[in-house]
Amino acid sequence: MNRWIGVLAPTIFLGALFGAWEATCRLLAVPSYFLPTPSSIAMALWENAPTLFASAGRTLTSALAAFAIVSGLANLAAVGAASSRIVEASFRPIAVALQVTPIISLAPLFVAWAGIDNPDRTIVALAVVVAFFPIYSGSLSGLTATDPELERLFDLYGATRWQRLTRLRAPSALPQVLEGEKVGLGLSLVGAVMGELSAGSGATEGLAWRIQEASHRLEMAKSFAALVALALLGGVLYVGFQSLERAALTWWRGRPPARR
Amino acid sequence: MAEAVAALEAVEVDYPGRGRALGPFDFRLGAGEIVALVGPSGCGKSTALRLLAGLEPPTRGQVRRAAGRGETSVVFQSPTLAPWLSAAANVALPLELAGEGRAAARAAAAEQLRRVGLAGAERARPAQLSGGMAMRASLARALVTGPKVLLLDEPFAALDEITRRQMADDLLALWAERRPGIVFVTHNVEEAVYMASRVVVMTPGPGRVAGEVGVEGTAPRPKGFRTSEGFRDAAERASELLRRAMGAAS
Repeated sequence: MNRWIGVLAPTIFLGALFGAWEATCRLLAVPSYFLPTPSSIAMALWENAPTLFASAGRTLTSALAAFAIVSGLANLAAVGAASSRIVEASFRPIAVALQVTPIISLAPLFVAWAGIDNPDRTIVALAVVVAFFPIYSGSLSGLTATDPELERLFDLYGATRWQRLTRLRAPSALPQVLEGEKVGLGLSLVGAVMGELSAGSGATEGLAWRIQEASHRLEMAKSFAALVALALLGGVLYVGFQSLERAALTWWRGRPPARR
Repeated sequence: MAEAVAALEAVEVDYPGRGRALGPFDFRLGAGEIVALVGPSGCGKSTALRLLAGLEPPTRGQVRRAAGRGETSVVFQSPTLAPWLSAAANVALPLELAGEGRAAARAAAAEQLRRVGLAGAERARPAQLSGGMAMRASLARALVTGPKVLLLDEPFAALDEITRRQMADDLLALWAERRPGIVFVTHNVEEAVYMASRVVVMTPGPGRVAGEVGVEGTAPRPKGFRTSEGFRDAAERASELLRRAMGAAS
């Protein structure tokens, strides 16, 4: 019963929504450069599939490159902050600033530093900055939330700092690390899109660039098609990471995690 | 009296903002002796245990420890197993941290698991073990280093009565193999008398020694010990000491 609700309810709702959208556009003769019909978006998606697929590949590459870099940086910073209160206190203003500053405002600076000819660098750099905080704070809270009695046992066994990190804190932090990485992966994509919108040019040809290009030409159906492709890309990344996380947590706990 | 393997001499522990937690308190554990520490909640039993383990220093007084690093083990009220490690890996942990090779440590862990009655559970994760089994694994981890001093902080408190009694007998049998000195912290007077040859009763916090009761005979306990006159007499005297200590405080 519950499973049917989960499938049927959104199907019916979306069907009704798109039906109403289609009908309204047709009845009121809304011009396609203002709001295209769902059917014309589907057509544009079909016709431009090869281009959109290639663009999705570009955006995905930028996002994943940024994700790899930021994972390394943020986790390293978290290890440093977790091992010393001085380091943690030193990092805090920057961490908070990164969280509260609308990162898009850094785009012009990054463009200037990377050079107008290297939009890829700007895109990756922006994505790195956007995704930094959740990964850092997830790892930091995981690394500092170790079972205090296990910590005492490590005291008793005379564990070295390195042993404590590798044998206790890092493995014990895994669930929180994964939680941060999941948010970070989504934000890497957001950052890559922001980067493409602000620094993109014909040279980058990512999905956001396709959206912008089509909008400038008033090809709204094409613009929407690129948007759909972007949503699909985000969905695939999320679902992919979710199953990876589930597998990792199953290994970690020795049993499947409880369903939410 | 046997040579002391651990002793507290007039120790006091003050926690900033919370005042005194323990003391002045004197305590002595002879080699191969089992001593129970009994007292009401918050009397500083666990604090005394941490001092004996060398996990925290006293504010005043002396802690004497004949056992060196790696010769003292602690078992907490919860099994405190790492969920991401198998039972064998958890038990092997103290050996591996001390620099022993992985293969040798795992072999010793498997052997120790067998001794505590967990043969076949080597690869099981803590989440797959029952409360009693997890406690046995925790005990195996404490025993695998062959400690001179074993400190137990209410190890059976979370278990049901039948498991609890079984664990008590099994622990005494394990003690008989290598005879480490054991300090057994509990708030259960009968459990204390059953386990120990000496029961130290503490006053409500900050804990001091309210008195001491000797228990005749040695572990392992014979069948029917719980109904013997010696047991009932010792339990009665310990309870009376505890009652009086509590009465004096209120």
